[in-house]
Amino acid sequence: MLQQISGSIAVANAVALCRPEVIPCYPITPQTHIVEHLSSLVKSGQLQDCTYENVESEFASMSFCIGASAAGARTYTATASQGLLYMMEAVYNASGLGLPIVMTLGNRAIGAPINIWNDHSDAMSVRDAGWIQLFVESNQQALDVHIQAFKLAEALSLPVMVNMDGFILTHAITRVDMPDQEQVDRFLPPFIPRQKLDTESPLSIGAMVGPDAFTEVRYLAHHKQKEALTIIEQQAEEFANIFGRDSGGLVKSYFAQESDIVFVAMGSVVGTMQDLINDLRSEGYSVGILSLRSFRPFPANAICNALKNAQQVIVFEKSFAVGMGGILASEIHMATQRYADIQGVQISSVIGGLGGRTITKQSLRKLVDKAKQGDLDAEVFMDLEANTVVRELKRQQDEQSSGPVAENILRDMGVVSASKTH
Amino acid sequence: MFQIRIHGRGGQGVVSASELLSVAAFEEGKYSQSFPSFGSERMGAPVQAFARINDTSITIREPVMEPDMLIIQDPTLFHAVNVFDGANTQGYLLINSSKTLSELGIEEMSSLYPKDHIAVLPATELAIKYIKQAKPNTVLLGAFAALSQMVHMPALEKAIRKKFPKKIAEPNILAAKAGYRLIDAIER
Repeated sequence: MLQQISGSIAVANAVALCRPEVIPCYPITPQTHIVEHLSSLVKSGQLQDCTYENVESEFASMSFCIGASAAGARTYTATASQGLLYMMEAVYNASGLGLPIVMTLGNRAIGAPINIWNDHSDAMSVRDAGWIQLFVESNQQALDVHIQAFKLAEALSLPVMVNMDGFILTHAITRVDMPDQEQVDRFLPPFIPRQKLDTESPLSIGAMVGPDAFTEVRYLAHHKQKEALTIIEQQAEEFANIFGRDSGGLVKSYFAQESDIVFVAMGSVVGTMQDLINDLRSEGYSVGILSLRSFRPFPANAICNALKNAQQVIVFEKSFAVGMGGILASEIHMATQRYADIQGVQISSVIGGLGGRTITKQSLRKLVDKAKQGDLDAEVFMDLEANTVVRELKRQQDEQSSGPVAENILRDMGVVSASKTH
Repeated sequence: MFQIRIHGRGGQGVVSASELLSVAAFEEGKYSQSFPSFGSERMGAPVQAFARINDTSITIREPVMEPDMLIIQDPTLFHAVNVFDGANTQGYLLINSSKTLSELGIEEMSSLYPKDHIAVLPATELAIKYIKQAKPNTVLLGAFAALSQMVHMPALEKAIRKKFPKKIAEPNILAAKAGYRLIDAIER
């Protein structure tokens, strides 16, 4: 059924259609509307046979998820940013134990400086945590991929994180096609756990593993993720057959294979890029997009296959490893070297949209124009106010006690009139 | 694509207005999108919200930079924010005020617009009359429908009924109708 609703409500309703049995949650911006709505669905009886627990912290929420999932319940939660950091130890445990929990991450920057707006720093902080990490471009994909996430998690006995841009998607009101219960039931069978804590048939989950077996257990986690490369594609096809739309897969190509210049990106920025690419192609540019739907597992072969005809690749990402640079860019670089030996492709790493900075078509167009002239640097911080940075560096050079950077920058930009306290 | 930017202050229902617009357009079978400017919203702080209406699906996510319709819910913003930034002056201008354009000090900017694309109405006064609150948003949405014909009253009424419980929806529908009548009555 077509509906005009927010991304958060769409996701909450889709999760409810997946018949979750346990939802422990702790609200945090920008995912709060998702868990609020699920709470009201449980309370009103629209979502039955489900325990909703508003726990005292994110650490508790993921720990609750681990217990519930280990007891054989279909389990869901959501978080963002600092909330994810607070649950970090349990995040690793969930994947290490192989528990098929589904979690929405309403992607948001990580402090300090505190910032409630969107970027991908939170997702990237758990890129090595063993979770499957999927990204969505739109609210339709967000709700569709949540339905796929439960099936994927349970097929692999691994937790799945659906990354959805905070505010840009969660708070945007758009048209979505909400499936009905019968369709979802046809796609998603009841949960049969690979392992289950059961008093009738006791077993332990979470043994201590020493040097003799740790490598093997960890290798199997890696192997599982590689299996996911096949299963994600299979399930995407199955989903398309039942729901009549393509909403999954490892990567999505938008003229990527036939273009000289190709953006690689994840999440909602792909939508703005599509709008730009339509303009540019009508002006005769040879430019496309490769959208990564799956970040973990990293679909290196699918990426290389899509990029094999590209001359220049612009990897656009909303986070970076401080002191190193673009995370996705270096992984793309590695993939093109190791998996395909793509000759002569220029890879530029562009960092943009940090802490909610608007990503405009105009700024993206400038990147393409520079790339076309062979003028795009290997590393670019899009729309960086260089003068502001230079002035702060000078303050630091001039004075040992130059004060806190964030406050200095805000004062410099006239955002706050905070007075210097020393 | 028709792009709308709404300027107001926290508490005036700016975000709700953009949502209602997008739902009304959806009800008429169009593709639409709405989202707020994601600030920390406080009562009285300048707030923006955006909407887009199109015949085909909308993928762009940037804020509305070149609005075809500017809705100014609070005229004191003319002195606080450059509301005309990027505005398409062949588009429309809808202002909540009981003053004239020259009294508002925007004669020069508004003169760039076609005369029949501008509407100024005392939406707050009408809101107080119909909904007993200084929330001019639904009056302005009615005026929007009359001015632009981008959405129509039946769809707007439906959107208001979907969003609010009956007790709130009904007076807001009366408010929207009042805004519609006021602008529709002006010869263009």
